[in-house]
Amino acid sequence: MPRIVVDVMPKPEILDPQGKAIVGALPRLGFTAFSGVRQGKRFELTVDGEVTEEILAQARNAAETLLSNPVIEDVVNVEVVEA
Amino acid sequence: MTEQPLIGEAVAIAAEPRLAGARIGVVTFPGTLDDRDAARAVRLAGATPVALWHADTTLADVDAVVIPGGFSYGDYLRAGAIARFAPLMSKIIDAANSEARLPVLGICNGFQILTESHLLPGSMIKNDHLKFLCRDQVLRVENTATAWTGDYTAGQEITVPLKNQDGQYIADEKTLDALEAENRVVFRYVGWNPNGSRRDIAGITNEAGNVVGLMPHPEHAIEAGFGPENGSGTEGLGFFTSVLNKIVGDNK
Repeated sequence: MPRIVVDVMPKPEILDPQGKAIVGALPRLGFTAFSGVRQGKRFELTVDGEVTEEILAQARNAAETLLSNPVIEDVVNVEVVEA
Repeated sequence: MTEQPLIGEAVAIAAEPRLAGARIGVVTFPGTLDDRDAARAVRLAGATPVALWHADTTLADVDAVVIPGGFSYGDYLRAGAIARFAPLMSKIIDAANSEARLPVLGICNGFQILTESHLLPGSMIKNDHLKFLCRDQVLRVENTATAWTGDYTAGQEITVPLKNQDGQYIADEKTLDALEAENRVVFRYVGWNPNGSRRDIAGITNEAGNVVGLMPHPEHAIEAGFGPENGSGTEGLGFFTSVLNKIVGDNK
């Protein structure tokens, strides 16, 4: 069954406290190559049957209204993934 | 020796007979924690608390609404994000924006629900130090013209508990400048900023002044001996007496 993947990230200008904690932990495990981490969210919306343009539009709408808060987050990707 | 009860009777200390008929709704979502304390604060201020359930489709003729703190829907997705779409919330949003300007107070998770509902601007993210924090917090009352702050004096400092993990208030610079220009910052943190909130903002109001949201907990500072140790311990009671005086004043 196809899925629609929605990726949400904190806005670039907003400090991401969780990403900051992760970037602090990485070198303690020997991962020294990374100077920054930002943590986002991935949603997978399962569709029974074919993903029509109408269904994709619904997913984009849901991404903007419920899955993300436009004050602090951006929807960076909405794409269909075939199973 | 007379036995001291651990918790006293909820006898209205600020009671005036003319206030007793006022009905203040207290909303409970799955995961709400502070609804009982909020209801007790309403009773101690002299009014009648009315329990409202998130799935209710009417506001039961209440004169004002308190959205208490807690972890509605487990803070899943974002704090307050799912509660915002509960059936009762659309009634509250309509009533708050109506001619009648229903007074609405959002405390902690309630504040987060009000921003997710777009009744108040901005949003809350994780505290800058990443830890859950519980402490007695000094606030300065910056605006006494709202429905919930009329019994305070401008510049008054009050101490109430603060307890949260997602308490960092943020908004873009344009929104922050507008809030300041319109005197819509209602409370500011005094001394140390406990969560990195922009411009030390602890609470704000909407344009009409009927909707107020704040992160700290006035409903936990209403009874001497059970609230913060510095100050009277009852410095949160003014929220509830303010709204009652507002309701009674409007109905004169």
